[in-house]
Amino acid sequence: MNKDWPIWEIFIRSKNGLDHRHAGSLHAADAEMAIQNARDVYTRRQEGVSVWVVESKHITASNPEKSGELFEPAKDKVYRHPTFYNLPDELKHM
Amino acid sequence: MEQKALYDYLLLLGDNPTILGQRLGELCGHGPELETDIALTNISLDLFGQVRNYFQYAAEVIGNGATEDSVAMLRHEHEYKNALLVEQPNRDFAYVICRQFLFDIFHQLLLNELMSSKNERISAIAHKSVKEVDYHVDFSSTWMKRLGDGTEESNQRLTEAMGFLWRYSMELFKPTETETLMAEMGVGPDLSELKPIYMERVNTTLQASKLVMPEKTTYQYGGKTGRHTEYMGYILAEFQYMQRAYPNMKW
Amino acid sequence: MENKSINLEKEFQARIDRGENIEAKDWMPEKYRKTHIRQISQHAHSEVVGMLPEGNWISRAPSLRRKVALLAKVQDEAGHGLYLYSAAETLGISRDELVEQLLEGTAKYSSIFNYPTLTWADMGAVGWLVDGAAIINQVMLTKTSYGPYARAMVRICKEESFHQRQGYEIMLALANGTDAQKQMAQDALNRFWWPSLMMFGPRDEDSPNTEQSMKWKIKKKTNDELRQQFVDQTVPQADILGLTIPDPDLKWNDENGGYDFGEIDWDEFWDVVKGNGPCNRKRMEDRNNAWDNGAWVREAALAHARKQAEQKISKTA
Repeated sequence: MNKDWPIWEIFIRSKNGLDHRHAGSLHAADAEMAIQNARDVYTRRQEGVSVWVVESKHITASNPEKSGELFEPAKDKVYRHPTFYNLPDELKHM
Repeated sequence: MEQKALYDYLLLLGDNPTILGQRLGELCGHGPELETDIALTNISLDLFGQVRNYFQYAAEVIGNGATEDSVAMLRHEHEYKNALLVEQPNRDFAYVICRQFLFDIFHQLLLNELMSSKNERISAIAHKSVKEVDYHVDFSSTWMKRLGDGTEESNQRLTEAMGFLWRYSMELFKPTETETLMAEMGVGPDLSELKPIYMERVNTTLQASKLVMPEKTTYQYGGKTGRHTEYMGYILAEFQYMQRAYPNMKW
Repeated sequence: MENKSINLEKEFQARIDRGENIEAKDWMPEKYRKTHIRQISQHAHSEVVGMLPEGNWISRAPSLRRKVALLAKVQDEAGHGLYLYSAAETLGISRDELVEQLLEGTAKYSSIFNYPTLTWADMGAVGWLVDGAAIINQVMLTKTSYGPYARAMVRICKEESFHQRQGYEIMLALANGTDAQKQMAQDALNRFWWPSLMMFGPRDEDSPNTEQSMKWKIKKKTNDELRQQFVDQTVPQADILGLTIPDPDLKWNDENGGYDFGEIDWDEFWDVVKGNGPCNRKRMEDRNNAWDNGAWVREAALAHARKQAEQKISKTA
C-alpha cells in the first residue's frame, strides 16, 4: 500500500476580484489538511485571500499529442478579435 | 509599584510564547513531513512575534536601557514566569500536538479577554495575536482528531501524551498575585472564570479524538511563580547562550 | 520504428533550441527524464538537508530579531524542498521513493551541508556565501527547459532574495562589532570559503555531463564559469566587511577582468562527495530519525482520512 500522502494541486486567489491561479502542489492526507498546508506553504508572504485544493488524480489533462488539433484551428479565426474589423478612426466609444 | 506589577504581568504574558516558541524551534527540520515542519515553524514565528510585542513594551515599562532581548534573555531561571506545560520536551509528535492543543485553547480564551483590556497596548497586541491563535487552535485540534482517530498506535501515543501533560493544564488558570491584581484593575481576565469553558472545549475535542479525560490527576504548579521543571535550565542554556557568552554586544 | 524515435528526439531538441519549455506530459527522451529526476531530487534533498546546519542555531540565536529571521529562512528551505519534490514528481516518481533514495544514501545532496556550523557567525557565512553560490546556480535554472523545474526555480529565487541579505547583515553586524565578533566572522569565512567554491562542482574537464546539460539548457554556463562569477562578486563584498579571503593566490587579473584564485583541494572535495565529510553521518542520521519517527504520524493521518471518506460515503448512501 502506498504510504505517501496523496498529492494535491493548489489554486490561490491573490486578491478579491481576481481568478484563482495554480500555485503549485503539496502532500496532504485529506482536504482539510491540504487547505491548512496550502495556507502555510503558499501564502506565507500574503500571496492569497482564498485557496482551492484539488487532489491531483482528479484532474484530467488534455493530451499534448493532440495539441495540434485542439488548439491550432483557433489560429486563423481572426474574426473573433476586434482588430479584424475596419472602422473609421473618427468613430468613438466602440 | 504599579509599573513593577505591569512589568511582571507582561512577563507572564510573554514567557509562555517564548518557551513554547523555543520548543517548536527545536523541531525545525525534524518533523514527520515537510508540510508539518512548515506549519509548526509558522506557529513558532507567530509566537515569537507576540513575544517581541510584549517584551518591547516591557522594556519601555522598566526603562533603564532594557530591550526586548534583555527582557527575553537576561533573566535568571526563577524570574521566568511561564507555565510548566510549555517547557515540556518534544518527546514525540503526539506530545508536541497535545502540548500545543492544551496551550492553544487557553491562549485563545486569554486573548479574547485581553482584547478588552483597559491597557490599550495589551489590547492592541491581543487583537493582532488572536487571529494567529485562532489558526493554532484549528491546527492543533484537527491534529488531535487525526492522531486520536488514526491508528491504534497513534491513539495510544496521544492517550499517553494527554495523560502526562494534563497534570500541567490547571496551572494556566491558577492566578498569581500579579494576575489577581491585573484582573482587579481591568487589565487582565479573571482566569478562574475561563476554566469552565476551557474544560468544555477540551472535552469536546477529546471526544472527537476518541480520547477520554485523564482521571485522578495530581496537578502540578510552579512555573508561573518561578519554580520550574528540570528542563528549564537546559532550555535557557540554549536560549541565552550567546547573550551570556558574549555579553553587551550587538548582533 | 527506430526512425520514428530519432525523429522524436530531433523534434524534441528543436523545441528546446527554440526556447520552448518541456512539460510533464510531453514526449521526452528517457535520459532527459532520468537526468531531471536525478538533478531536481538532488536539489530538493539539498534544501531539506540544508535545514539541519542552520536549524542547529535556531534555539541559540543571539536576539529575537535574528531568531525569527533564521526560523523564516529555514522554513523557506522546507518550502523549497517541497516545491522541488513536487517538480520531480511530475516526472512520474513519488516523494516516498525520492526520500528513500536519500535515506539509503543512493541519492546525493549538496556537499556543503556536510560541514558543521560551529558558531553564530556561521549563520552569516552560510547565508552570505552558500546562498550566494546557490543563487547563481538557481537564477540560471529559472531558464531551464523543463517547465515545472523552471517555475519552481522562479518561485524559489523570489523567496530566496532575503536569504543572502539576512546572512550578509549578520556578517556586517559582526564586522562592526567587538574583536571577539570580528574574529568569529573571520573564522567562519575561513571555514566556509573553500567549501563554497566547491559547490559549483568539479572542474569543467572533470565534468562529463556538462555538454549534455548545456544542450538541454539545464545549464547555461559551465562549473568553472559560474565559480569565477561567484569569486568576482564575492571578493568586493568581503572587502566591505573588512575580512580576508583565505587564499594567498587571490589577486585581480586585469587582462581577464576577474580574480585569479588558488587551487581547490580536490581530494577533500571527493572525500566529502563520497560520504566522508565531517557531518555526512550526522546529517543522514538526523534525516533518518525524522523520517522513521514520523512514520506513525503519516500513517495515522492517512488512516483518519480513509475513515472520514468512508463515513461520508455511508452517510450519502
